[in-house]
Amino acid sequence: MSANAVAANEGGSFSHVATEGLDATHGVVLYLEDISVSFDGFRALNKLSLSIDLGELRCVIGPNGAGKTTMMDVIIGKTRPDSGTAFFGQTIDLTRLSEAQIAHAGIGRKFQKPTIFEHHSVFENLELAMKADKRVRTTLFARLADAERDRIAEMLRLIRLGEAADRVAGLLSHGQKQLLEIGMLLMQEPKLLLLDEPVAGMTDDETDRTADLFLSLAGRHSLVVVEHDMAFIEKIARKVTVLHEGSVLAEGPMSQVQNDPKVIEVYLGR
Amino acid sequence: MLTETFTRLYGPKGWIAFGVAALVVFVVFPVLSLAVPPDSAFHVSSYWVTLLGKIMCYAIVALAMDLIWGYCGILSLGHGLFFALGGYAMGMYLMRQIGREGQYQSDLPDFMVFLDWKELPWTWWNTDQFWWAMLLVVAVPGLLAFVFGFFAFRSRVKGVYFSIITQALTFAAMLLFFRNATGFGGNNGFTDFKRILGFTIATPETRMALFAVTGAVLLATLLGCRYLVTSKFGRVLTAVRDAETRVAFCGYNTVHYKLAVFTLSAVICGIAGALYVPQVGIINPGEMSPANSIEIAIWVAVGGRGTLIGAIAGAGIVNGAKSFFTQAFPEFWLYFLGLLFILVTLFLPQGVVGLVNKLRGKAA
Repeated sequence: MSANAVAANEGGSFSHVATEGLDATHGVVLYLEDISVSFDGFRALNKLSLSIDLGELRCVIGPNGAGKTTMMDVIIGKTRPDSGTAFFGQTIDLTRLSEAQIAHAGIGRKFQKPTIFEHHSVFENLELAMKADKRVRTTLFARLADAERDRIAEMLRLIRLGEAADRVAGLLSHGQKQLLEIGMLLMQEPKLLLLDEPVAGMTDDETDRTADLFLSLAGRHSLVVVEHDMAFIEKIARKVTVLHEGSVLAEGPMSQVQNDPKVIEVYLGR
Repeated sequence: MLTETFTRLYGPKGWIAFGVAALVVFVVFPVLSLAVPPDSAFHVSSYWVTLLGKIMCYAIVALAMDLIWGYCGILSLGHGLFFALGGYAMGMYLMRQIGREGQYQSDLPDFMVFLDWKELPWTWWNTDQFWWAMLLVVAVPGLLAFVFGFFAFRSRVKGVYFSIITQALTFAAMLLFFRNATGFGGNNGFTDFKRILGFTIATPETRMALFAVTGAVLLATLLGCRYLVTSKFGRVLTAVRDAETRVAFCGYNTVHYKLAVFTLSAVICGIAGALYVPQVGIINPGEMSPANSIEIAIWVAVGGRGTLIGAIAGAGIVNGAKSFFTQAFPEFWLYFLGLLFILVTLFLPQGVVGLVNKLRGKAA
């Protein structure tokens, strides 16, 4: 089974999206165990095991092709693993849910390439992403309540796009698009945020602000950040996981990982 | 709250234009056609009433097409089928209204007597009741679209593949309806209608009534579509058009949205077909030919995708040109249609509405 098998699996997703509660009684929000994924014989993930604690800010680094993006694809249900288990909290089996169900359960992802709705205004982008009943019938008659308007306004302030609220999102700069997408993620009120290269294309100023933003989010949300910008990682990192050839090479505080000879050999040293 | 909805739909200028359109359809036309004597220069003949009534039916179809193609990015090339099914449902009722006035003076429609059938097939059950026929007008296209869309969207059939299978669907239906055994008059379809709701169908008054009802349905459809596309539902639709996977990751089940808009669009087409048949006086499987469905897409492309008024304008322009060309130069119409489509695609990606907006922008 590979990525194209996902389509077949979606067949069962026609029921209404169930929003189960997240059970994180053991303080762990995400468990990946022995996850393997192959694409036409290429092992993108090889018995990858990883766990993320509640409220943790985890940085994931690794050379190109180490499997960082594939790992995120597995977590959000875009790619089904060939083997292994993926649990969100104690009870939610991610390998059995559709993308929409996983989003409802509380996992949000920012993609490598910013994907926002280019023809909608910045405000509408946040409105569409906002946590709400997203079934057809309610959406048809939905009106923005004052509290919801306030939440959008607050988010616009947080990502500093208040001035651009009515602008078409396609006209934003690359860095602003990144911030907008982070804002859209936060509007979904996810318990776990996956951020794939969030600061690519940002100005230094925007990068600094994003680092502050992430640090303020940790604790309330759990975050997994994949990034190549080592300066950014050093700024926010508490615990770092290094991936190599589809499995975990090293894990620990930044200083420890940086001095690990294996890590230096495959990644940092080059 | 009601005023808020009104202002959301159109600005003051838009509502004035809407009022003028309503005035033309419900007052100016009836007066010029019925009250002004036929020898006056201002008289509108029943030829024009029928032609415009027909074009308004097409405009309703264009709105339905624009809703799904222009706003949701799904190019259905099977919309002619839903239109024809609505037409056939109305046609069955009209055939039953003929009663014993047919050539064979039988209770059965003429074509059944000709085929030596002794009783009505089950599909004709209760079709002498107007309400039942109206139910079929919306239910048959709606159910077909729902079931077909369910399987197509669930299997993630998209883009050009969806266009091709909808095209195949209407073609298959056409072959089915061409068979006499199917029970809908074979290749001749239904014609020679006499009455609708007891009124003689060919009188100027009945024609005008059908015209006015069509106008009312067109305006109501326009408002309804406008409500949809300015609602959050509409914003989700355009988001599906632009980045479907992203919409799914926001937590929307895009299959439900596509299915809802596809079914609604089919129902609107069915209603348009039901209004069309009594005005033109005939329905046959030719309406299901793939070319007809493609033509619907051309109307929308010419008028401007993603603008409702553009869909109406496109249906009017193309069909106005069609009735002129097919009379003046009948052999050149299809060449002209092809040329029009190429020119619009090359030079007017936003259609006529885009051109008007551009000119306006320059003038301002």
